Amino acid sequence: MSHSETIETTPIYGIMAEFTNPYDLVTAAEKAKAAGYYRMDAYSPYPIEDLEEPLDLHDNRISLFVLLAGICGATFGFGFLSWVNTVSYPLNIAGRPLISAPMFIPITFECTILAAGLTSAIGMLLLNGLPMPYHPVFNVPRFARASQDGFFLCIESVDPKFDRRETALFLESLGAEEVSEVAN
Amino acid sequence: MAIPLQPIELPDEVPVGPIIGPEENLTTVTDKLAGIVLRRKTGYGWLMGFGLAFCGTMMLLMAMTYLFLKGTGIWGINMPVAWGFAIVNFVWWIGIGHAGTLISAILLLLNQSWRNAINRYAEAMTLFAVACAGLFPIMHMGRAWLAYWLLPYPNTMQLWPQFRSPLDWDVFAVSTYATISLVFWYVGLIPDAASLRDQAEHRWQQVVYGIMALGWRGSARHWQRYEKASLLLAGLATPLVLSVHTVVSFDFAVAIIPGWHTTIFPPYFVAGAVYSGFAMVLTLMIPVRKFYHLESLVTMRHINNMAKVMLTTGLIVGYGYMMEAFFSWYSTNTYEGFMYWNRMTGPYAPYFWCLIFCNIITPQFLWIKRVRTNLIILWIVSIIVNIGMWLERFVIVITSLHRDFLPSSWGMYYPTAWDWAIYIGTLGLFMTLIYLFMRAIPMITIHELRVLVPGGVRSPQPVQPQPVKNI
Repeated sequence: MSHSETIETTPIYGIMAEFTNPYDLVTAAEKAKAAGYYRMDAYSPYPIEDLEEPLDLHDNRISLFVLLAGICGATFGFGFLSWVNTVSYPLNIAGRPLISAPMFIPITFECTILAAGLTSAIGMLLLNGLPMPYHPVFNVPRFARASQDGFFLCIESVDPKFDRRETALFLESLGAEEVSEVAN
Repeated sequence: MAIPLQPIELPDEVPVGPIIGPEENLTTVTDKLAGIVLRRKTGYGWLMGFGLAFCGTMMLLMAMTYLFLKGTGIWGINMPVAWGFAIVNFVWWIGIGHAGTLISAILLLLNQSWRNAINRYAEAMTLFAVACAGLFPIMHMGRAWLAYWLLPYPNTMQLWPQFRSPLDWDVFAVSTYATISLVFWYVGLIPDAASLRDQAEHRWQQVVYGIMALGWRGSARHWQRYEKASLLLAGLATPLVLSVHTVVSFDFAVAIIPGWHTTIFPPYFVAGAVYSGFAMVLTLMIPVRKFYHLESLVTMRHINNMAKVMLTTGLIVGYGYMMEAFFSWYSTNTYEGFMYWNRMTGPYAPYFWCLIFCNIITPQFLWIKRVRTNLIILWIVSIIVNIGMWLERFVIVITSLHRDFLPSSWGMYYPTAWDWAIYIGTLGLFMTLIYLFMRAIPMITIHELRVLVPGGVRSPQPVQPQPVKNI
């Protein structure tokens, strides 16, 4: 973290720029990436696909978790029914097979979906670090519009290229409507 | 759902208008929908509707209390008709729920962005319908306080449920369906709760919606995982919803009763479920969009599309009836043939012909565009379809059972006042929950509607919260 000596030394979370529309936000993110920033995040009222490239959003872990949970659910479901019917309480009805696989499929299927579905929701929240009662970006007064019609780009102070004055000037040059510091 | 940076391209020929009114933008969409929850005063219309529905809920509770005191003897069920209203209503309610998942999951996978405006409402309808449906098998058990015996849990008797029975599959299917629907619904709610938190004018609103929002801040990194998780949930809910009504139909199809023991049941039940569900969405949505002035968000295009889905599934259901009749004749099985002949001419024939009128003849009017875009006629059609789908379950359950294999075992089924009290009571419970939902939660998914705003424009000046007219 390189601080400019002239500015007060209380650490801040980052510098936030507000844009009026998604196009400006995407352009700004692209330019910031070109300028060498990479510890930054964008905030918008709805998902914007074109931010994936400039912000390097390539987290596919959730798909893997869901697949693993589904496999676990299926294994558990079928294994449990087999255990019940062979070990715990075997019922010999006219010599029919104890593990009657076709009759086990519906419950196995439901276990698969239940495990995978819960994992996709809970996994998404955990990977996102939610629930999180406090976050510095909420200190920006206009940030409430990020959940309505505002588009924000925040370059974080942990970025090696971050400089309080330079970064603020850089964000202003991108046509931001308002640039403000984010208190920690 | 992901936002294209260009305005969404609509097909060249848009028959009845756009999917979102041209006067709407990001600011107004949020303001309008959050305003209904946060700033609108509770109107007399809402209070009266809620009061009426609440009376229904109280009637349900009274009837259930009496049922638990006296046992299922207060119902009209007997031998041979051991499955009366309880199962009819269970299947009807579960079916209504299915349209919600179809809209939220299957139409998402098919990239039908018009679904965004009706998704939340339909999904809420699913949850409440499943809640009503779940009550019936528990009541039908007789000793409802032993309902937990349905669940596999280690017990001192070392007994397990019969895992090979479709009735036990129902337990797993319906409980999984309720859980996943709730999770899907809540995941969709998180960004909207954040909007409400940021728009709230009172401290308690901020706290309540803040807790619901879990600290959501609209970060692009979060949105990326969120979109992925939503898509995965939709992909999982799609086979789930098909499996639920399939399993429900297995309750019948696996039995050897003529009229139940057919392989056509699973697809025909699923189509019937979607049919009745869309009818219910229309029944609820047509008045709601008028009372809450949502005509620019739930447009005529939505209404038209829903009417078309209803027509399509109605035709599939009609095909199901035809095949049932055909196979009972073509199989040359005495019992099958008698069953269908008895349905058409026996003591319950009026119900059967009423069902044919409601489910096969009425939807044919939906071929006409004037009917699909006339709200009053469409609303009446949707009510008739709801009644028809209830009659379908009545006919399937009752007429198949009341003529047993031996004439000495034949009987009749007449529902008692308690049967009706419980059925109408669940309608009250359903509407109570719907009223509370409309008051506390934005009834349209705001963040998904924002995606539909062409170019993501916003109002030049922040819109001042306007007092909303009460109903």
